[in-house]
Amino acid sequence: MPRNLIDITDFSVEEIDALIATAEDILENPVKYQDACAHKQLATLFFEPSTRTRLSFESAMLGLGGEVLGFSEASSSSTSKGESVGDTIHTVSCYADIIAMRHPKEGAPYAAAQFSEVPIINAGDGGHNHPTQTLTDLLTIHREKGRLNDFTIGFCGDLKFGRTVHSLVNALSRQSGIHFVFISPDELKMPDYIKENVLDKLGLPYEETSSLEDAMPKLDILYMTRVQKERFFNEADYIRLKDTYVLDPAKLVPAKSDLCILHPLPRVNEITVAVDKDPRACYWKQVKNGKFIRMALIMKLLGIEV
Amino acid sequence: MNIDSIQNGVVLDHIQAGKSMEIYNLLRLGELDCSVAIIKNVRSNRMGKKDILKIDSPMDLDLDVLGYIDSNITVNTIRNGKLVDKKHLELPRKLVNVIRCKNPRCITVAEPQLDAIFLLNDEGKHTYRCAYCDTEKR
Repeated sequence: MPRNLIDITDFSVEEIDALIATAEDILENPVKYQDACAHKQLATLFFEPSTRTRLSFESAMLGLGGEVLGFSEASSSSTSKGESVGDTIHTVSCYADIIAMRHPKEGAPYAAAQFSEVPIINAGDGGHNHPTQTLTDLLTIHREKGRLNDFTIGFCGDLKFGRTVHSLVNALSRQSGIHFVFISPDELKMPDYIKENVLDKLGLPYEETSSLEDAMPKLDILYMTRVQKERFFNEADYIRLKDTYVLDPAKLVPAKSDLCILHPLPRVNEITVAVDKDPRACYWKQVKNGKFIRMALIMKLLGIEV
Repeated sequence: MNIDSIQNGVVLDHIQAGKSMEIYNLLRLGELDCSVAIIKNVRSNRMGKKDILKIDSPMDLDLDVLGYIDSNITVNTIRNGKLVDKKHLELPRKLVNVIRCKNPRCITVAEPQLDAIFLLNDEGKHTYRCAYCDTEKR
């Protein structure tokens, strides 16, 4: 059975630490890794549109000397003819050495893994999980803070459908000394399965609030999220909630001087462009880090060491 | 009331009173040719009242299904009129195609041909979560 990354907890804390170390080494010595995956092929199967994640995977594989194939939307695959996830994956695993897939349905990568003969990477499944964004977030936190423990992190915005939030909470729950602050409107609160099955089960402290202003002074890390239109069955609900939180320079006045502002991107208007110039804005660094942690991940799942 | 003891078969004992028909239907015992006795509201020191099912034919039972419905059931295997095995059930760690996920966003709803897999989440609360989307089933 190939090794997969479906959920961030598929990897131990030690494995994630090793991935971060490899990614940091690639950042410092990219030439050393430029042929690591020569003659290997990555299939990027994106049943749902994405710019960053797909290009990041493709750039990562190309940076390792490998090749890429795939599709960028369901309409250009046999899914549009009614093909099941299992059959698509079965087919593609005959062509590629490793598969990164994004799908609008929750659990699709778990289903895919049952049919694949090559490693499957979950590149996002509906509002459920997004483990490679989590690896990106962890690498960024590690590079900015020098550690993955002992800080207060605030998650703001859509915590109900925000898959990046769920995966990151899962990952950080395995570290020590993390205090979670969940900032959201009532309708978009953190799901019970995260609070009960992860935080309560481990006895980890967290607080819930609807006020970003109240939470701001205590935060070491602020993780902003977009209210995602595609997750709503009812457009009226989306319109009502989409502008609940907008981070601008004025809201950052009471924040710590070493606050680290993260966002999985894309943003709409939840962080104003004026914040980009603030040295505490780390979301563009996140984008860059995403490529390097994915390089480390592809190598690990292919069993390649340099 | 007299019910003959069986020679070769299975006796499901300690069924929660009132649940025997649910188990009868779930195990499709109505499709069997052999004698099947459903005994309801039997007096029990431990349970007050209980149900018992006697199946007069050797058969392989899906113990995961039984354990999920009622983990207090005892499964007694009878051969040549003698008790040869007594199994105490427990909540199964994994359920395959016993219950289905109700989350409309779950891939198993869009593609019902996939195995419905649930993992035991909390033994004390008898909760399971969908292995695909993590939705909890109580």
